[in-house]
Amino acid sequence: MALQSPSLELGAAALQPVAATATRGYWLSVRRRLARDPVTLICAAILILIVASSLAAPWLGLPDPYKTSMIRRLNALGSPGHLLGTDELGRDMLARLIYGGRLSLFMGVTPVACALLIGGLLGITAGFLGGRVNMLIMRIMDVFYAFPSVLLAISLSGAMGAGAENTLLALSLVFIPPICRVSESITTQVRGFDFVDAARASGASTLSIVRVHVLGNVLGPILVYATSLISVAIILAAGLSFLGLGVKPPEPEWGLMLNTLRQAIYVNPVLAALPGVMIFVTSICFNLMSDGLRAAMDVKA
Amino acid sequence: MLLYALRRLIYLVPVAFGVSLLVFALVHLAPGDPISAIVPPDSPKELIDKLKEYYGFDKPLPVQYLRWLGVTLTGDLGTSIGTGRPVASEVASAFGNTIILAISATLVAFPLAIVLGTAAAYAKSRIVDRLVTLISLVGVSVPHFWLAIVLVIIFSVELGALPPMGIGPENATGWRLDRAHLAHMVLPTIALSVIPLGVVTRTVRSTIKEILNMEFVTALQAKGVSDGRILLHVLKNAAPTCLAVMGLQAGNLIGGSILIETVFAWPGTGFLLNSAIFRRDLPILQGTTLVLAFFFMMLNLAVDVIQTMVDPRIKRG
Repeated sequence: MALQSPSLELGAAALQPVAATATRGYWLSVRRRLARDPVTLICAAILILIVASSLAAPWLGLPDPYKTSMIRRLNALGSPGHLLGTDELGRDMLARLIYGGRLSLFMGVTPVACALLIGGLLGITAGFLGGRVNMLIMRIMDVFYAFPSVLLAISLSGAMGAGAENTLLALSLVFIPPICRVSESITTQVRGFDFVDAARASGASTLSIVRVHVLGNVLGPILVYATSLISVAIILAAGLSFLGLGVKPPEPEWGLMLNTLRQAIYVNPVLAALPGVMIFVTSICFNLMSDGLRAAMDVKA
Repeated sequence: MLLYALRRLIYLVPVAFGVSLLVFALVHLAPGDPISAIVPPDSPKELIDKLKEYYGFDKPLPVQYLRWLGVTLTGDLGTSIGTGRPVASEVASAFGNTIILAISATLVAFPLAIVLGTAAAYAKSRIVDRLVTLISLVGVSVPHFWLAIVLVIIFSVELGALPPMGIGPENATGWRLDRAHLAHMVLPTIALSVIPLGVVTRTVRSTIKEILNMEFVTALQAKGVSDGRILLHVLKNAAPTCLAVMGLQAGNLIGGSILIETVFAWPGTGFLLNSAIFRRDLPILQGTTLVLAFFFMMLNLAVDVIQTMVDPRIKRG
């Protein structure tokens, strides 16, 4: 789980901003490049399928994901009425896997979104203002970098106690520093470009410089970087639930399901491994999509 | 060089201060009164007050922090609520087990990643490059705790070839270098090495590819230098970047092995942390986090210094 390449290390990537300001022509070429990239398109399609089915779960005619049955526990795949079998309490696996996507995706995407907002704001501020403000913000981030990311997430949510809200909070805190660092380094570079000086010399206000020249150039690379964090966040969130720190039973969530099905590995191993397949597929799709986006937007990794 | 290392060490002081603040705050992030974790809820008020006084919880927070810092700096991390043993000795014995596993995962992942990454960067055929890219993609995308379960299913449940959990045969205390103990290490090592394998392979591949496009490589080729010697030049240029990533990964193996240790019941720091969380053993949680963060900081420092030794151009402020 490191992060300049999408993985779990939360290292700052040296993203280079595109030298030219984002214009309509630029976005058109990005779209054209994406349209010619089958891997990215397939991944996007799979992700849309997973997201849409989990959102539409109540209307898909699935069995109740909470309904337990003592006589139908750990049924094998393909047993009548249960396409993917039943879990350790006799609940339908297909329904739980599809419903599980709701929480699993939510717990993965929300922290990155929160961190993007806070970390991006802090990073752009630090990069644009420079000087003491930069020093203060970045030194605080250094403190968080002194912890391995997984340890930080687990210690924080461990101390705050189990529960989805605490996990979200802990994960957001984990992702703020890397996003802040990347935003800061990109903004610092952009600030040094001639067009910023030119704009200032021609009388543009600070606000309009930030809005047009800085944001226009830094948002793309920061977004690309943030998408590469989503797969890490999903794995970490599932990991916390797997440890019993995140979502509480009986909610369907992939990491938690993996945990409760662990005792079943001697009875029905394929069943026990299923929730992990969902995490794996989702995370691989997010990673490939982020790579495709990075290539299409011509952001150097 | 020594001076540089010393300067980096001094830069770490404010960071270490921040880390200590954060670790101290962990106890106060806990819901409710920190004292409520160690006494039954129906205890008389006098007892609670007495305990509060004993632990210093009746003092204002800054005073509590300074007291805690002073005690911690002497190496006293407090007493475990669960076992009554000193936290320092609990963490120390677990730390050794974590290090053993981390070293073994490092020894598997790094050499393999360097070979695969270099091969992919050099590969003329696209199949080799694609294959290596796929391996590194799987490495960074696979939930490693799930992989651990799958490994147990295949090699322990189905094949019965390897032990599914523990550090050694039953009744074994601690780790020894023998067949039985090594057999217990195989599955956790594989599960733990996938992430660093993926990340480092990716870095090695992209770094070497970039360097191969540089003009000095063409110049060397034009001069008629042998491919082997050129590879040496390339590797030397790729070393600083790759070392930085490897250092981070090694640190993550030590701080992030909690999920793997939980699956395999490996008695390391992660396992300790996990059981501490569920027993609400806050001193252990605090102590383990502090020791791991401190080790991570030192490791980063070491990597930094080694990096400048390899490439003196990167001396950072």
